[in-house]
Amino acid sequence: MISIRGLHKRFKRLDVLKGIDLEIEAGKVNAIVGPNASGKTTIIKSILGLVKPNDGEISVKSQKLNGVWDYKKDIGYMPQIARFPENLTADEVIRLVRGLRDDGAKLDFELVDSFKLKKEMGKPLRTLSGGTRQKVSAVIAFLFCPDILILDEPTAGLDPVSSSILKDKILKEKASGKTVILTSHIMSEIEELSDSIVFLVEGKIYFKGSLDNIRENTKETKLERAIARMMQGVDS
Amino acid sequence: MKVTAKIIKYELHDVFRSKWVILYTLFFLATSDILFRFGGNSSSVVLSLMNIVLIFIPLVSIIFGTIYVYHSREFLELLLSQPLNRGNLYNGMYIGIALPLSAGFAAGVIIPSMYHGVAATTDQIMFLTLILSGLFLTFIFTALAFLIATSCEDRVRGLGVSILLWLFFALLYDGIILLGTFLFKAYPLEKPLIAITLLNPIDLARILLLLKLDISALMGYTGAVFQKFFGSQVGIIVSTLTLIFWILMPFLIGLKKFLKKDF
Repeated sequence: MISIRGLHKRFKRLDVLKGIDLEIEAGKVNAIVGPNASGKTTIIKSILGLVKPNDGEISVKSQKLNGVWDYKKDIGYMPQIARFPENLTADEVIRLVRGLRDDGAKLDFELVDSFKLKKEMGKPLRTLSGGTRQKVSAVIAFLFCPDILILDEPTAGLDPVSSSILKDKILKEKASGKTVILTSHIMSEIEELSDSIVFLVEGKIYFKGSLDNIRENTKETKLERAIARMMQGVDS
Repeated sequence: MKVTAKIIKYELHDVFRSKWVILYTLFFLATSDILFRFGGNSSSVVLSLMNIVLIFIPLVSIIFGTIYVYHSREFLELLLSQPLNRGNLYNGMYIGIALPLSAGFAAGVIIPSMYHGVAATTDQIMFLTLILSGLFLTFIFTALAFLIATSCEDRVRGLGVSILLWLFFALLYDGIILLGTFLFKAYPLEKPLIAITLLNPIDLARILLLLKLDISALMGYTGAVFQKFFGSQVGIIVSTLTLIFWILMPFLIGLKKFLKKDF
């Protein structure tokens, strides 16, 4: 679905990605985990074309990314920080994004109902709390029923109820054949949602494989402990 | 084009809802109303307005533009993750900010002139030139703001650069020229001075106005040199063309940087 070859990215003197090779498989939830500043968000942003790689090649649905933007109609993106223009309402932002897409695809407003956002949609975004903005951001990501969902720490800042609503939604989309890329620091969440894991350390892939692979390799039953063990392995 | 138009539409919506543009319009409304009421004949009104236009428009355009671009950072990320061309987004953002600022200024000076009346034809031409200069400065300094905000990652530094650039063009530049002419008074300075004047959009706008007004006493050294060298007609054409260049140059450099920028 998405393939990344030899991806390098440098910000000024800081090497953020040092040669990433990655296949994102269709119809699965692919988790990217790793310590802070390991390059998770940079990979995601490279796929979205927000970050321009120094070297390497990315293709989405076998279309190479060099100055194209059409492929983004198949992607729903939920950024780490949900901030919007202060004066617009959620409804207006959605209308704007819909207007820009203008492809008459069917729309998925399920999250508006399950998050009970109806009342908040008409309020200026500046008056909404961080969590509510995060929910609006989720609504936008799922809105166009995209084939690929890219979620950067989707549940950070959500209360437990909303967080489980979102997780249910992710699982539901996966069941209907969508491809999901997910980053998170909450291991239980990854355990619950994902099929495969990419473990990133300082811009390199330290491990990739299924959840069972990790557990076997580290002889730990809990993912949290397994990852912690791997991190210790990196340190030494 | 369709995408650009949509972005402009939403930008306008957003900008007009922030109170800044309304305050800006009210400021020009109040100032020009007062000037028309108490300022005597309309040519002296135009002169007084000119000084406000030359200082105030660049300041507001560059500060408002810079703040707005930084402010839209997350929104840009949201839009860039949608299927659209970066260039369209940049154009839409630029016009979406330059347009309301221009409209605010134009409405602010035109409305009082309508009910107070600008009688003589020459005054009307002067008045139109004033509005034109104001529009030029709005577009130039908004483009500079876009260039700065696209180049500087750090908001505080970007805003600092904006303020310094305004200070430089609006105040320091003339002082430096004066100092330079004083130091090098033994040499023929006309041609270098003309080149130097072309490098400051505020000076250019001032000269454009003064050439139109034909008040050599107020032209200052650079203005007088300009008129002597080009004559009024050619001078107006040269300054207008250079002002257009001053919009295009920062805009295009900013666009190029924007296309390559990491978000």
